[in-house]
Amino acid sequence: MLTVIWAGLIAFAVLAYVLLDGFDLGVGILFAVERREEDRDVMVNSVAPVWDGNETWLILGGGGLFAVFPLAYGVILSALYPAIIGMLLALVFRGVGFEFRFRAATASGRLWWDRAFQAGSTIAAFCQGLVLGGLLQGIRVEDRVYAGGWWDWLTGFTVLCGIAVVIGYALQGACWLIWRCEGPLQQRARQYARALAVGMLGLIVVVSLWTPMLEPAFSERWFGWPGILLTSPVPILVALVAWLFWHGLSRQHHFTPLLCAQAWFVLCYAGLGISLWPLIVPPDITIWDAAAPASSQEFLLVGAVVLIPLILGYTGYAYWVFRGKVRAGMHYH
Amino acid sequence: MPDADAVLLARVQFAFTIGFHIVLPALTIGLASYLAVLEALWLATGRQVYNDVFQYWLRVFAVGFGMGVVSGLVMSYQFGTNWARFADKAGPIIGPLLGYEVLMAFFLEAGFLGVMLFGRRRVGRGVHFAATMLVAIGTLISAFWILAANSWMQTPQGYTLTPDGRFLPADWWQVIFNPSFPYRLVHMVIACYLSVAFVVGAVGAWHLGRDAQNQAARLMFSMAMWMAVVVAPIQLLVGDQHGLNTLEYQPAKIAAVEGAWETQPGTPLILFGMPNMQQERTDWAVEIPHLGALILTHSWDGSIKGLKEFPPQDRPFSPVTFWAFRIMVGLGLLMAAIGVWAAWLRVRGGLYASPWLRRAVLAMAPSGFIALLAGWTVTEVGRQPFTVYGMLRTTESVSPVGLPGVGASLAGFVVVYAIVFGAGFVFLLRLMGRPPTVGESGPETGVPVRSAGITPVAALQDTH
Repeated sequence: MLTVIWAGLIAFAVLAYVLLDGFDLGVGILFAVERREEDRDVMVNSVAPVWDGNETWLILGGGGLFAVFPLAYGVILSALYPAIIGMLLALVFRGVGFEFRFRAATASGRLWWDRAFQAGSTIAAFCQGLVLGGLLQGIRVEDRVYAGGWWDWLTGFTVLCGIAVVIGYALQGACWLIWRCEGPLQQRARQYARALAVGMLGLIVVVSLWTPMLEPAFSERWFGWPGILLTSPVPILVALVAWLFWHGLSRQHHFTPLLCAQAWFVLCYAGLGISLWPLIVPPDITIWDAAAPASSQEFLLVGAVVLIPLILGYTGYAYWVFRGKVRAGMHYH
Repeated sequence: MPDADAVLLARVQFAFTIGFHIVLPALTIGLASYLAVLEALWLATGRQVYNDVFQYWLRVFAVGFGMGVVSGLVMSYQFGTNWARFADKAGPIIGPLLGYEVLMAFFLEAGFLGVMLFGRRRVGRGVHFAATMLVAIGTLISAFWILAANSWMQTPQGYTLTPDGRFLPADWWQVIFNPSFPYRLVHMVIACYLSVAFVVGAVGAWHLGRDAQNQAARLMFSMAMWMAVVVAPIQLLVGDQHGLNTLEYQPAKIAAVEGAWETQPGTPLILFGMPNMQQERTDWAVEIPHLGALILTHSWDGSIKGLKEFPPQDRPFSPVTFWAFRIMVGLGLLMAAIGVWAAWLRVRGGLYASPWLRRAVLAMAPSGFIALLAGWTVTEVGRQPFTVYGMLRTTESVSPVGLPGVGASLAGFVVVYAIVFGAGFVFLLRLMGRPPTVGESGPETGVPVRSAGITPVAALQDTH
């Protein structure tokens, strides 16, 4: 039971990360099409006060995995080594970009840090997709350590997952800008969101059809009886959210698109959970195999139960303090 | 058994990434407390200069914190990428400690950092001060947990061992408050404060040299010199106690620090020399008889165990610990001396007038950080050849990642860190090279728009 609670908490931390840092990274990815300095300033400023808290969920995901599922932590990180290192290095560039682009003395220096911010965001998102795909397609483990080769994780499926995450985060970023910006930037964000949503839905379909083929257990879960009772609402809900998304977009809603984009992520995540449960490292390691002893889990659970609601509370407060539309050039007067 | 080169490279990678990282939390731990003190003084007295100095250092804090976050993120995954066996075996103990660090400290810092940096015009003074305090407290909580984890690796207790060699927690109180933890925590937090004090002092000294009447620069210089005279001597005492604790629990580390091979009554203090691991002696040793015994056992004829008492495969690499220790202690003594010198000048009424003191403080700007890195080198290299002292060997801790993988990622880290932290260092120097002025504004202005003034109300105020 304890282990199930912890699996849920870690899953929650990773989901929180994907939803929160997703739009931060998406804003960075959209630097590719937003080239004016003033627009870029607005984009960065819209996430500057909150990005650090958002990224902390990734540390909780990693740290929590280390604490509660140390075997999974060790195996996943050694198996997906290059993708993880790539993600970390990319996040270094992305993270310092927030401060450095304002501190650069020259226009070219600033452009350089803008590029680093954009590339860092894009590569980090891509690597997260690689990790997701690499995990889904299974990891070879012998005697509690990774037993596969150096590039085992690199397949068509993982690359597809990487692209899907980049598109998905960019969509979140565009929807975030629709919510937090106004004027021409907001209008352009609507256009990006429309195109990206089409791409994302297409990729959801492809990845969803591909995943059950990776592992017989997955397809049994999805198409067998009685699993199908649990799985069939997922695609229906995805379609429902799609309708709401286009409705919101065409009626010029500010917040609906972001809500829908995040709902898609939640649904995909739920689908992922359905496929994997109760595995933590497919094809063999379950959450119980990987779990730390009960005393470790209990000790940290006490803190988590008290602290996570607190964290959600003050994170909400921080978002509330910085609510409202972000405008350009406010200090140029 | 993984090959020796891969182990060495994994160690170099960990040392490299943590060496870069550790300087930044040290900066933010020290600065966060300093900023909290400045804001409290400003709120209490209403004097403009406190706010000016606060805003001045807040910009430095923002850049340092950003770099600390990203380099720390790398650290939280290093255990898994390069040290997967360690993660599996010691994870049940180390993992929850780091988990608490994330839950109690990182979120707290991250949650209120935005308000602290950009929220002056969006929240009241009281709330802003609360945010600053919470960030400062967060940095200290973070130090608490990470040092508990590190200290447990040095002096493990409160665990049981499974047949397959995994550590299971038995008593969390014993795990956290392991024998070396209180000493290490106090020693490290003071080290952070001293490191920042000397940076602040050096910046004050630099700007005093250009404009002796700059009130903000005078305040920085004066506060830093108070820290030096009060805290540096305390640090020497704490360090002495920490050393005695190490002698009790990690005698091989002390032997390596001292370069002592033989166990002999009235152990001499070797001032300088070069420990020779092959020949089992310390070459060119300059010794003071009985002083080692006096310092480490507080008795004239006391003795410490020499390195020869330990099997060769259990000995730390003495040349590194020996010299790192001397760098640390030497700089600590210099810092205390600067503090006394400054106090003497202050009593005579000439604290700001002495160009030689200013030059000395300027030269000592990085001394705290160098001493801190040297101290970490002493304690970490001195723990070798174990990751969990006496229990788990470093060679049994590494991931099954081959030499090319560790080497390539190490190269990646070196290149990226050189670019990113090189640039960050330049930005920090540039921020600190700018003289503090009356009416300093923090990170909110000077850049086009930070998040300040997002709301229409604030925007209206800004357009005036």
